[in-house]
Amino acid sequence: MDKFGFTLSKARVIDLDSNDRSIAEYILRNEPSFRLCIECGCCASTCTAGAYTPFSLRELQILLKRGENEKVRTNIGKCMLCGKCSLVCPRGVNTRNIIELAKKAFKNQETHAI
Amino acid sequence: MQFDPFVIPFNIGLYFILFYVVGRSIIWFRGLSRPDKLRLQRGFFGKAFGQSLKEIFMESLIHRKILKTNPRLGYMHMSLAFGWFLLILFGTIEADIFGEKHLNHPYKAIFFKFFNPEHGRAGFEAVWAFLMDLILLFILSGLLLAVIKRFSPKVVGMRKSTRLKGLDKVALTSLWLIFPARLIAESLTSGAYHSGSFLTGTLGSWLASFLPANDLAYPFWWLYSLSLGTFFIMLPVTRYLHIPTELFLIFMRNSGIRTGDKSGSFSEVQVYSCSSCGICIDQCQMNFAAGIKNIQPVYLMKAIRNDEDTSHIAYNCLLCGRCDQKCPVGIELSPVRMIQRRESSAESGFTNIWKGYFRKRNHADLHEANGHHSYGYLPGDQSAEKAEVLYFAGCMTHLTPGIIRSMTRILDASGLKWSFLDRDGGACCGRPLMLAGQDREARELINFNSKLIWQSGAHTLVTSCPICYKVFRESYYLDVEVFHHSQFIKHLIDEDIVKMNFLNTRVVYHTPCELGRGSGIYEEPKDVIRHVAELDETEYENENSLCCGGSLANIKISYSDRQKIAVDAAARLTASNPEVLVTSCPLCKKTFSSATATKVADICEIAAEAVADHQLEKNNLSETYSLKESVDIF
Repeated sequence: MDKFGFTLSKARVIDLDSNDRSIAEYILRNEPSFRLCIECGCCASTCTAGAYTPFSLRELQILLKRGENEKVRTNIGKCMLCGKCSLVCPRGVNTRNIIELAKKAFKNQETHAI
Repeated sequence: MQFDPFVIPFNIGLYFILFYVVGRSIIWFRGLSRPDKLRLQRGFFGKAFGQSLKEIFMESLIHRKILKTNPRLGYMHMSLAFGWFLLILFGTIEADIFGEKHLNHPYKAIFFKFFNPEHGRAGFEAVWAFLMDLILLFILSGLLLAVIKRFSPKVVGMRKSTRLKGLDKVALTSLWLIFPARLIAESLTSGAYHSGSFLTGTLGSWLASFLPANDLAYPFWWLYSLSLGTFFIMLPVTRYLHIPTELFLIFMRNSGIRTGDKSGSFSEVQVYSCSSCGICIDQCQMNFAAGIKNIQPVYLMKAIRNDEDTSHIAYNCLLCGRCDQKCPVGIELSPVRMIQRRESSAESGFTNIWKGYFRKRNHADLHEANGHHSYGYLPGDQSAEKAEVLYFAGCMTHLTPGIIRSMTRILDASGLKWSFLDRDGGACCGRPLMLAGQDREARELINFNSKLIWQSGAHTLVTSCPICYKVFRESYYLDVEVFHHSQFIKHLIDEDIVKMNFLNTRVVYHTPCELGRGSGIYEEPKDVIRHVAELDETEYENENSLCCGGSLANIKISYSDRQKIAVDAAARLTASNPEVLVTSCPLCKKTFSSATATKVADICEIAAEAVADHQLEKNNLSETYSLKESVDIF
């Protein structure tokens, strides 16, 4: 492919072999409404923290489902748990529980308890 | 010397429980903080002592609060507790007067009839025997109710009785056996000796007519002693530990000890004082509106006692506080739940039943900070404009712009110099994090907001959100007067700063949990409503108000269950078909809006509509945020 001047854009590669879906699976087990998300972005657009810093639950949940956890791990603590996202969510996703479960899963992963 | 081997099980049980309770009390006392120890000592040797004795009599024996909430259930508890107490008291006196000597060993009072079978034939003795029979009948009637309740809670006026664990069932069976065993043992003895009063005497002579009463009595005396002994030995590992613990709790509470933020002796005593009466289950909207029946305080207390993982219970609660209002023991249920949220209670260690006797203390293992600041992105250099009155809308209010428009209109009409602190959406007040048990993270937000408020130089802070109001009042250390907007509007009306017209609208008022039970603000919003509209009463006023279901305190509940609670609550509140359902919380407004066909409005919206137009023109000094659109909700 390289010879023809075409390369794969790194950002578009989802490498399921190296990705870790355990966090997303842990959340799905404990909060089934995680499945309902249609990635509309209402949560991100109303987010209190998002007004100050690039924090988007829409992005984070896509990354979680892909198993690309690093960005989620460093950003998930920015949430203030104010609850606006769950009020505007058109699908009734329990967003705050997803964030709390993600935090807990990362903490468990650090202590190898998952 | 009156003695028989059958009294041994009773004696073992009695001495075991006495030593256990004394030992446990010493451990609890030593676990108190120094100021609390002093409080308890002062309370014990001071005025609080009499009050505690009175409360023990009224609550632990008569069960006045349960009687008020549910007379049949109250009678059941009263007959068992007060009846048993009377039986012991009068039995002791009986043994003292009519026994072989004064100051007898306790077993002689309990098994008096066995050692004095001839007693109670005539004269004063017969009167006394009549009294003892009457008390026994009183207890047995309560016991009958208890047995019925176990199988059909509705008979005693309860929606649901408490689920029991295995050990509780053993203790319950031995408790249920105690009084029938006594009845039959006494009756048979009376039948054999032709003594006894209206109950034991009659039953006894009937039984003796076709049974060998004298031979049969002895095994029943054994059964009576065994069931007493079993009950006493089971007591520490079952819910019945509440019987001695509640006395300790009453003394502690009357001495001025409160739950606080961390677990300690007092919260532990509260947990063990829960009698699993189940009144909290009936109060809980998650039970009667959404059908969630396993997270009520009684189950939380039980899970803590059994050292189980409490996280799924602790977080699945609206923290509306309805159960706190009705708990007959007066346990501070919501603060105890908050302690559980703050502690990481992941590990469960209840492996064998003997451990129950030496339960480990609850350790306050607070959430560790992540090492780095979570909210480091908040701008450190943001400054607030100077103003006398500061308006903080709050996150939820930003989702209900009608409230912001109305408050702008009212504040403009007041002519006060005001500024809008979070016009472009400021940081959260910190309360949702606190409700999730993350106090350290919440403190960062509190510091950020405090700095802004302090910079503005304001003397008054008005907020539209009861959630913010509670945290501003309780957890911010600020030199400003904090008002919820309903209080502020009342102030404007009382001081004649803003004139309002009367709208011919019939409304009902829903008290938000955080404002009502949370902060004790009940009357001000109603006064404002009465000033501008016609206020109807509902069945759910003040302390008995409902939760809208939207509460931020519950992280676990699903959207559909929330909606069930909202629809149920809205239907109950609008039973009288009002034109508008008024509330004073943006979250309640938003939750109710999608749950009822009735118009839902915030208190400031009806107040803003009532503001006389000419006044707005006269006083409209605010250049920063003047209102172009008119407020029109009806």
